[in-house]
Amino acid sequence: MSFEPVLLRNRGVPDVQRLEVYQQRGGYRALEKALRMSPAEVVQVVKDSGLRGRGGAGFPCGVKWTFLPKDHSGPIYLCVNADESEPGTFNNRILMEEDPHQVLEGITISAYATRATTAYIYLRYEYGRCYRTMQRAVDEAYAAGLLGRNILGRSDFHLDVYLHRGAGAYICGEETGLIESLEGKRAWPRIKPPFPAVEGAFRKPTIVNNVETLACVTHILDRGADWFKSIGVPPDPNNPRDLGSYGPKLYCISGHVNNPCCVELPLGVTARQLIEEHGGGVWKGRKAKAVVPGGISMGFLSESELDTPLDFIGPTKVGCLGLGTAAVIVIDDQTSMVDVLYNSCRFFRHESCGQCTPCREGTEWMTKILARIRRGQGELSDLDQLLEIANGIGITPGTTICGLADGAAWPVKNALTKFRAEFEEYIRHHGRHHDQR
Amino acid sequence: MAVITINDKDVQLAESERLNLIQAAQRAGYEVPHYCWHPALTVVASCRMCLVEVGEKKPDGTVAMQPRVVPACQTPARPGMVVRTNSEKAKAAQAATLEYLLLNHPLDCPVCDQAGECYLQDYSYKFGRGYSRFKEDKIIRPDKDYIGENIALFTDRCVMCSRCVRFTREISGTAELQIIHRGAHAEIDVFPGQPCNNKLAGNVVDLCPVGALCSKDFLYKQRVWFLKSTSSVCPRCSTGCSITIDHHKDIVYRLRPRANPQAQGWFMCDEGRFGYKYINAADRLISPMVRHDKHTLYVGWEEVLPVLRRQVRQAVTEAPESAWLVLSPWLTCEEAYLAVRWFRSLSPQTRLASGPVPVVGEDDRYPKDVHGNPPPLDKTLFTIRAEKCPNRLGVEAILKHYQGTIHSFDAVLEAARRGEVRVLYLTGGYPEPGWTSEHCTALEGVGTLIVQDILPSPLTSVAKYILPGAAFAEKDGTFVNHAGLAQAIHRAVQPPGEARSDARIFVDLLERRGLPHAPALRAELASEIPCFAPLNAGQIGPLGVFLNGEGKP
Repeated sequence: MSFEPVLLRNRGVPDVQRLEVYQQRGGYRALEKALRMSPAEVVQVVKDSGLRGRGGAGFPCGVKWTFLPKDHSGPIYLCVNADESEPGTFNNRILMEEDPHQVLEGITISAYATRATTAYIYLRYEYGRCYRTMQRAVDEAYAAGLLGRNILGRSDFHLDVYLHRGAGAYICGEETGLIESLEGKRAWPRIKPPFPAVEGAFRKPTIVNNVETLACVTHILDRGADWFKSIGVPPDPNNPRDLGSYGPKLYCISGHVNNPCCVELPLGVTARQLIEEHGGGVWKGRKAKAVVPGGISMGFLSESELDTPLDFIGPTKVGCLGLGTAAVIVIDDQTSMVDVLYNSCRFFRHESCGQCTPCREGTEWMTKILARIRRGQGELSDLDQLLEIANGIGITPGTTICGLADGAAWPVKNALTKFRAEFEEYIRHHGRHHDQR
Repeated sequence: MAVITINDKDVQLAESERLNLIQAAQRAGYEVPHYCWHPALTVVASCRMCLVEVGEKKPDGTVAMQPRVVPACQTPARPGMVVRTNSEKAKAAQAATLEYLLLNHPLDCPVCDQAGECYLQDYSYKFGRGYSRFKEDKIIRPDKDYIGENIALFTDRCVMCSRCVRFTREISGTAELQIIHRGAHAEIDVFPGQPCNNKLAGNVVDLCPVGALCSKDFLYKQRVWFLKSTSSVCPRCSTGCSITIDHHKDIVYRLRPRANPQAQGWFMCDEGRFGYKYINAADRLISPMVRHDKHTLYVGWEEVLPVLRRQVRQAVTEAPESAWLVLSPWLTCEEAYLAVRWFRSLSPQTRLASGPVPVVGEDDRYPKDVHGNPPPLDKTLFTIRAEKCPNRLGVEAILKHYQGTIHSFDAVLEAARRGEVRVLYLTGGYPEPGWTSEHCTALEGVGTLIVQDILPSPLTSVAKYILPGAAFAEKDGTFVNHAGLAQAIHRAVQPPGEARSDARIFVDLLERRGLPHAPALRAELASEIPCFAPLNAGQIGPLGVFLNGEGKP
């Protein structure tokens, strides 16, 4: 494969976190190019590139920017979602730690395009090293006139960037939960409408983008929309809802593999390719039993589904929620799916914000049922009960305000449909044969 | 006119109307269950109880339904919308939410104060399922009796609708209540040492749709299904909040606000809410009394009234200008009218005066800001008024009509000190007796002092005649609030012992036949006094009638 990494091209380059090294390697060329265009032209380039949000939902980035009210008197805010907390996901961390200026350049270009004058980087609290590298990069950029007032001598472009360390909750990564948390409140996702682009942080128009999305913006401006479109998977002409999966993507490979890593590949590689070619195969010579395609909330692929292309539409064809954050977690054949599912449910139970009844109570209920099954006190009817709860809280659209319940429900649905025999056997043997291994 | 279809029923919406789907469905006669939504509070759409299906009618007549369920509280009614509140999908979503809400609920209905008026009970009955499928251990959380002086929290019963939290943030502005912890462990709490004791705090008990927040005043006093409800008006300040009196066997157990956009809105203050206890006081005046030297004798009404009438008439015949009638601002309009009719029938020269008008501090406006300062007038959502009586405007309107000028109570005291008062007919009704020993001293020289009141006071120990009257919950009539809104009060309980409604006393003194009938008296008042003309129908609806447009009478 002749794919040349773009987002990770500076990875491992000594001192590339420093501004001068980054600039020597062509850094801030894209910003200069963007500033020669009008903001509307920049938006158009991003729109043309077909860039879709890398945070999980895959919403077209350029389209989101056009939702901002025209001729707003400001201020407009850009929130950078760096609250990376989907289990198995660590690509934002690598971007911020290895190449902070690339992210910062993307932020600056995006702020120019959206006419934002303030950018908040909402950083996961646990990312201490990211905080330090990003803060150093921000300070350097201010000193070099790449941030602050009159950026690159442009009298009409000012941008302040603040790092905001998060409050340690998964729900802070939901865009309106992030905004609430940024405002100093409980991270309770807001009801929509109004969407953040109309009324977001501090009741002003706000764009929330993922770190990787903004890093992509840097290269789209540098190399053009056509370059971006030449990578990845074009839309399926038979599916009018498929917007295509263009561009490079950072895949995180973790779990039971020999070589857990973060690799940059064109969208559309298969899970098997990732495991075999980049993850070094399943560890201890075992086989994969299940693979999480993009963060635990997306559900599970079974062994026979590993050839599914991991683009924005691929996982949905085999019953998963979507591509999510493209964090691939490999589960080997010695692992009990009951344990995996219990762990998943326990995570979402812990992270449910408690605002909507179905999610608050449903995640709790599912966890308690699975805990009972693991104690050897399960009944076969519990499986249908679990499926019904999952269906009630997340699979039926619209039952909750945000997508957390969906994320809690899909692993349950996938595990119980794709691995039902294992659950039934577990219950019949009161979980004993698993203890004997 | 826009049309929206709800379960195959068409509902008309005026162009200016902004209804959500709960309200629109209500108009069509369908109940959409809801917990977190309240018309006076912001929409959070978090309880997910009001999930319904929506769609649109296409120009070709077909209906396209959305695949998702939506919360009715958050969805505005738009023309052409098709709403299904009772489709299989909507019903399944509603039943599921109810099942979730009951998972960790203790189901302690037998000992719960809310039982009988609980939305968990009602909605479970209408929309829920008959049994629980939850086999696990429930989460048990400690009850909190420290939430407020008058508020206890039964934590396990809470459905996390956050109405109470929003009330303290949006209406009282005091923000004592908050949610602590996350997910299924979330609870309502206060910051340690800062309980919810603001002057509107009692409203969170009414707002709570379940038995989580309970009023310590009412707790375990009465099962609500024994209570009878009578609509009335709170008499504790001139705002005149519309209320409901809940009573059983002639005892008032609690007052609750009754929604009235013309009067106060949705809420009432704690001063009014808990200010009913004097009605049930043990030392109420219960029988007419006549003083003979140092002794007072209990007498029957049929004995005292002829004597009193004769004595007053005689005194008025001798010196009409030294006969005074003092009308308390606690009298209803009808009572004040009858009293004046009687007194003036003795002689047109008799003097009429208004009773003391209690004013405490300044008007207290809400929501407060973070520093406790009141909001600007146009942002005010609730006002507790400084004038602590219900009917000053109504009584003054009658005085003005019959006498032109209004003598203040100080003028009465002044005249008494000069020895110019031979007969003084004093009406009271103040919950905290307004009469002090200073008044006693000033009124020493009064020839015949007649006190018609509800509670003993320094004056009742010197008066010649003591007539036991009725409190607001014991009589029918009309109160006129600060803005000229005339509202009806209704009798909820019997006056104690031999006490009688003031109107009945005056009817007897007037030697009219029969018992006072408020609607008839109201119609008579309307025909006699022009500013009361809007009441000529006799009946006043539950929301009241503005006298003289919307201004003061």
